[in-house]
Amino acid sequence: MGSITLSNIQKSYGAVHVLHDINLAIEEGEFVVFVGPSGCGKSTLLRVIAGLEKVTGGDLKINGTRVNDVSAADRGLAMVFQSYALYPHMTVRQNLAFGLENSGMPKPEIATRIAEAARMLEIDSYMDRRPGQLSGGQRQRVAIGRAIVRRPTAFLLDEPLSNLDAELRVSTRAEIAALHARLKSTMIYVTHDQVEAMTLANRIVVMRAGRIEQVGTPLDLYNEPANRFVAGFIGAPHMNFIEAEVAGSSPDGLTLRAGDGTLIPVALEGTALKTGEAVSLGVRPQHIDLANGDLSSGLAASVRMVEALGSETVIHAETLGQKLLAIVPGQRRLVAGETITLSWKNAPLHLFGADGLRIGTAQPR
Amino acid sequence: MSTAIAFLTRRKGGKFWHWTDIVTWVWLIGGLIVMFGPAVWLTFSSFKTPAGLAEFPPSLLPYVTQQVRVEGYEKPLPLFNAKLADGSTRVLAEVRRIGIVSQMVDPKAPGEIIKVRIGDREPVREISFATENYTQPFMQFDFFRYLWNSVFVTVTATLITLIVNSMAAFALSKYEFKGRNAAMLVILATLMVPLSVILVPLYSIISSVGLFNSLWGVILPTVATPTGVFILRQYMLTIPDELIDAARMDKASEWQIYWRIIVPLTAPALAVLAIFSVVWRWNDFLWPLIVLSRRELYTLQVGLSIYSGELNVQWHYILAMTVVTMIPVVLVFIFLQRFITTGIAGSGLK
Repeated sequence: MGSITLSNIQKSYGAVHVLHDINLAIEEGEFVVFVGPSGCGKSTLLRVIAGLEKVTGGDLKINGTRVNDVSAADRGLAMVFQSYALYPHMTVRQNLAFGLENSGMPKPEIATRIAEAARMLEIDSYMDRRPGQLSGGQRQRVAIGRAIVRRPTAFLLDEPLSNLDAELRVSTRAEIAALHARLKSTMIYVTHDQVEAMTLANRIVVMRAGRIEQVGTPLDLYNEPANRFVAGFIGAPHMNFIEAEVAGSSPDGLTLRAGDGTLIPVALEGTALKTGEAVSLGVRPQHIDLANGDLSSGLAASVRMVEALGSETVIHAETLGQKLLAIVPGQRRLVAGETITLSWKNAPLHLFGADGLRIGTAQPR
Repeated sequence: MSTAIAFLTRRKGGKFWHWTDIVTWVWLIGGLIVMFGPAVWLTFSSFKTPAGLAEFPPSLLPYVTQQVRVEGYEKPLPLFNAKLADGSTRVLAEVRRIGIVSQMVDPKAPGEIIKVRIGDREPVREISFATENYTQPFMQFDFFRYLWNSVFVTVTATLITLIVNSMAAFALSKYEFKGRNAAMLVILATLMVPLSVILVPLYSIISSVGLFNSLWGVILPTVATPTGVFILRQYMLTIPDELIDAARMDKASEWQIYWRIIVPLTAPALAVLAIFSVVWRWNDFLWPLIVLSRRELYTLQVGLSIYSGELNVQWHYILAMTVVTMIPVVLVFIFLQRFITTGIAGSGLK
């Protein structure tokens, strides 16, 4: 119980197409995170699954049954809203009971379920308060509790942490993960925060402009992004992209020419790239290190800005005729204007074609 | 007390009068007189006798001529300050008046009749409240029947107004449908049609559905008000749609969403509309006058018109009963003015 299948889902508001041909199979008990920039259609997709928006085309199946024309109430799903959407005029207890009363559940059963959820979420002490008298974190728990008491087929969570402060967000995130481990229900979680996505998800669905860009486990997405967009979106800070063109190829690799003419030899097997083709080379800031003055093993760069975070140092550098970000562990004494040598000796280099699609992971040579 | 006086006499100019102080005082006191003058005059006049009302020049307070019992005369006689031929002034009681000469007696020595010209005497007056203006109508006039009719019309019409208008406002604020804005515009446009224009067609509808001479004929045409729909719709627009989505996920039917989520959350706006509706329905005169022709169905406002006959207007009763009918509205304003001001501020109309 709890599988959701989307095939060729389309959604448009009049002439505006919001979702294009969405295909996705969510397994029972899976924690799937929809992630993407604002306006990418992730919340709309969640509302389509919830039944709050009607699909324009395609099939939506829950547990194998087509539910396109089933109302939100009868889909057996529960949703946690971004604003929590607690009923302000009802106490916490009434908020939790409302959905159960509507489905005609006997009173003792309602009381049992509420008590159980209250214990699980530790909200017992404010069951008779109204939402207005609760803090943000408490409201968040009540909103989740309202979903839990329903014992839904799947939980839909629409940016549930975005209204919390940073500290509370981290602890609530851990609680949601624990909750999923305990309930073992399907959960679909929408966020624009890729850290939340990475830490919570079994699988991440990266969306852009109403299309799914890539679906995969967090590490799959991190290690083998399908295109430049996913590569740039997953991981913080963003991956560096070096625009280059193919200067020459040999059986064991390529030689790339960067914007300023520097040649970068990389090892890559089985490529059909021709000389003169434009590519971009992606390298994560964490994979760049400082080479101790040994120019033969690295790139000469000038420091533009240094952010010392204590445990690590963020270096904004300029090299190959463009900006490059490097994160090096520990504390380094660097000043702006200084010339340093950067090295990516063991770094995976992500190679993307002119169309933005992944070509492969190269190694520096 | 001293702080209150210090507060009230505070001036911008400090020791001296700044011109803005003068303008402020004149403006505020002028406003006070314009607003409260008529009400105060009405209240005092309601305690005047018919003679007191007819008096010229009119007075603010209810004065009557003092009367005294004099030995040898059956009825009490009115007292006057009379200027005698020798120039002295005495308090005398008037026995009768013949032409321009008044025959008077001294109450202490009633034997001798003194003749005084009527221009030389002034009535001795005292303040007296003619409470019979209030008590008489309660006995003769069917006050409690009219009161019941008014209360019934006001309460029923207000309840129906709240339900009907909130339903319309719910649909117009929370449902997406073609022509939603057009529907709202049409409803608001009816604000431009005055009652006098639709009086005749409304009358023929009411009489053809058999509601003529029935309190329901007074109630039903008034319950759907564009103002009410507008106030409630504007308020409901501020209720987040996510709440309704949440209720839908919670298996609430559309009726439950309306009744259990929207109505409780619209309570402040409903309170405002309830106040307006009570005041409107209570003060309604023209429409009840047209629909109701049987005396036992009259509302208070229509009942009051009994006192203005074709030949004789009993002002003292009209004024007294007007004061009585004002009381509920005044009470509503005193106790609920907080809601009224927020309502006016919130909807931008009055």
